[in-house]
Amino acid sequence: MKLEKRAEPSALMVYLSPVLALLATLLTGAAIFAILGQPPASVMTAFFIDPIRDFYGLSELLLKATPLLLCAVGLSLCFRARVWNIGAEGQFILGTLGGGVVALACNDMESGFGWALLVASLAGMAAGMAWAAIVALLKDRFDCSEILTSIMLNYIALQLLLWAVHGPLKDPAGFNFPESALLVEDLLLPTLHPDYRVHMGLLVALGAAAGLWLLISRSLLGFQVRVFGESSAAAEYAGFSARAILWFVLAACGALAGLAGAFEVLGPVGQVTPNLSAGYGFSAIIVVFLGRNHPVGIVLAGLLFALTFIGGENLQIEFGLPRSITQMFQGMLLFYLLAADFLINYRIRLPGFAAREARA
Amino acid sequence: MKSTTRLELIGIGKRFGEVVANDGIDLLLESGEIHAVLGENGAGKSTLMMLLYGVLQPDSGSIVWESREVRIGDPATARRLGIGMVFQHFSLLQTLTVRENLELALGALDAAHLESVLRQFDLRIDLDVRVGLLSPGEMQRVEILRCLLQDMKLLILDEPTSVLTPGEVEQLMHILRRLAEGGCSVLFITHKLAEARALCRRATVLRNGRVAARLELAQCSDTDITRAMLGGEPPPPPTLAPMTAGEVLLEVRGARAALPGQHRGRIDGLDLQLRAGEILGIAGVAGSGQDTLVALLAGEIRPASGSLLWRGEDITRKGARARRRLGITTLPVDRLHQAAAGGLDLTANLLLTHCDDSAYRSGPWLHWRRVREAAQELIVQAGVKAPSAQAMARQLSGGNLQKFLVARELAGSPRVLVCYNPTWGVDPGAQARIHSALGEARSAGMSILLLSEDTEELYRLSDRLGALCNGRLSPQLPASEVDSELLGQWMTGSTGNAAA
Repeated sequence: MKLEKRAEPSALMVYLSPVLALLATLLTGAAIFAILGQPPASVMTAFFIDPIRDFYGLSELLLKATPLLLCAVGLSLCFRARVWNIGAEGQFILGTLGGGVVALACNDMESGFGWALLVASLAGMAAGMAWAAIVALLKDRFDCSEILTSIMLNYIALQLLLWAVHGPLKDPAGFNFPESALLVEDLLLPTLHPDYRVHMGLLVALGAAAGLWLLISRSLLGFQVRVFGESSAAAEYAGFSARAILWFVLAACGALAGLAGAFEVLGPVGQVTPNLSAGYGFSAIIVVFLGRNHPVGIVLAGLLFALTFIGGENLQIEFGLPRSITQMFQGMLLFYLLAADFLINYRIRLPGFAAREARA
Repeated sequence: MKSTTRLELIGIGKRFGEVVANDGIDLLLESGEIHAVLGENGAGKSTLMMLLYGVLQPDSGSIVWESREVRIGDPATARRLGIGMVFQHFSLLQTLTVRENLELALGALDAAHLESVLRQFDLRIDLDVRVGLLSPGEMQRVEILRCLLQDMKLLILDEPTSVLTPGEVEQLMHILRRLAEGGCSVLFITHKLAEARALCRRATVLRNGRVAARLELAQCSDTDITRAMLGGEPPPPPTLAPMTAGEVLLEVRGARAALPGQHRGRIDGLDLQLRAGEILGIAGVAGSGQDTLVALLAGEIRPASGSLLWRGEDITRKGARARRRLGITTLPVDRLHQAAAGGLDLTANLLLTHCDDSAYRSGPWLHWRRVREAAQELIVQAGVKAPSAQAMARQLSGGNLQKFLVARELAGSPRVLVCYNPTWGVDPGAQARIHSALGEARSAGMSILLLSEDTEELYRLSDRLGALCNGRLSPQLPASEVDSELLGQWMTGSTGNAAA
């Protein structure tokens, strides 16, 4: 058996492969549940259908999708430029810290909460951007692999967060729990509807996706990012500064991931806690690939991923299955997606097949 | 000596996906024979040699080595059989000396054996110098020496002369003749007729992966051979009317520069004047500083010292886009990764060097529809075979992409074009088209700096001619006053480079 590169991958299959990967994931998931002795049909329903049966469920889906989308839009920009930033998680965490510190400082104010909210959001963006800037600096000055540095910075960011909630940010009245004080109601992002938790961050996320589309398909800057992603030599030849593009995509991604982090603190969570990120920064990487690095695809993939988060929680409640089901589904989805993409670019030739063909 | 069959290839076939690289190739090689394998770029010559050296495995057919069918699974097996290969791109370690490189490949050296081989083949090699300091010709001799020390029975040379100066070519031929007299067979891959004639009695011509002809070279005219290689008549050369050159457009003064992170190919105190309405041809073996010069003129790199003047105005600090706005365009040698982005379509590749044209952009926003229309127009006008302007650059053949790129650079009436090997690896039809496009541009008053490793092309097109060697430029004289001997001297730097 050997692998053979296809002359030109099928354009249709490039868009179909996420669908195929999803189908394969569902089938494998059902099989695993059956092996575990759970009725596959009802588990799958509980995972994928029950969470979105009513408006409240849908609003929770949109709430979960918000940070995913913000991170994914930033990552999409990086990946367009072939800057393999795996550090959205760390940039997100820095965003929670930046936003959290500012918001907590404003917690005792009498008025001006609107401004405080804005400044806290901007602080989150700035903190995420600064974290991403470390990656850019190391790449720019020392040609360090952005993959390695951004992954390592994720761990540092997590330790930083743990230190903060065990130390300076810990709520004095919090019974020694590693958590900050709760933010006052006025310091939280306005929700889109009084009955639901989904907040205006969703609009910002959708706006970012629209902005990404505009940038990539209509602007000179987006064109430069694409050229750089295809070939940095071509970008230099055209007179586009490779350094400027590197800094731009990383800064933009850091800002968006940081904003996502700040929105979690200022939104549904309302305080700084050690496990603010449910792995949004990592999941967003899969969202970008599943969404074929296209803004519309990313929005759809982001919603699907939000569903796996909620569905996993639902299974935990209804069937007592471990919460890692969510990660299992995300992992399977990525595995099948990579497999499908691989087979789009390569075909498998079995021994004897070529000979038969030659005789024919 | 009695001639016996050393190697026989029977019906060799090899495909890469949809592409058939070799199809039913038969070839017979006697001991002590120097056999030419002729063909255009992409005819399947290199693939065939990779199969023979065990780098690739054939899909069909058989290899008979000294009357025994063999399977050559890897290069080590090939070497054990007595098959050696000298690659187009050398496989020596730059930081080690010649002796260390040889020992690395062969183990401890037998000094007497080494001495006798060096004497027998008249090889002048300093064994204790670092490989990184050698010229391409010298490196090639080291590779050949490495094969000779292993008592090879077949030596494969893939386009060995592309990096050599005319003098070094003579030296190589001398070595190969000696080798053949000793009974070693040689497969000499080339697309240059003169070399094949000088060295070989018989030739196998490949075209589109098949054997197009087996020729006794003495009985064929050049036209016969070219026809076999191309499968048709060779295109006529363009005729350039003599012109008096106009004002000096671009001037380089005492420039020293290097590509970032690269030690080889720097330019070292270079002076140059480009005038309107002339083609200045610059010869030179690969790596003499051509890439650096193109990048310097394009504005991709800044000189360490020296300056660039545009009609008297200092433009040393201006970047690529600013220079393009002045009318200076460049076409670097790497078509798919530098002059174009292979994974983008032709529309985007047109925009690559025209993103500052007011028709295509207002402020930060692009007018893709206009770019697409312009790209379509360019495709038709330049006779590019492409399905549409949405075709990706890498889907096009080398010749078609290059036609598109030349047309792209000539669009918008620039004043200066700097190009390096514009017709390398391009089919003859496209080559003729590119040559006439360059000729027309020059006659319309443009100034063209033509860097090329193809001396035939240089003589055909140039008004003035010079050569680069080790980053220094020879004097540039009217092409009619430069014979190939003088050009060869310039390329090796033996005279005339004190002009800087």
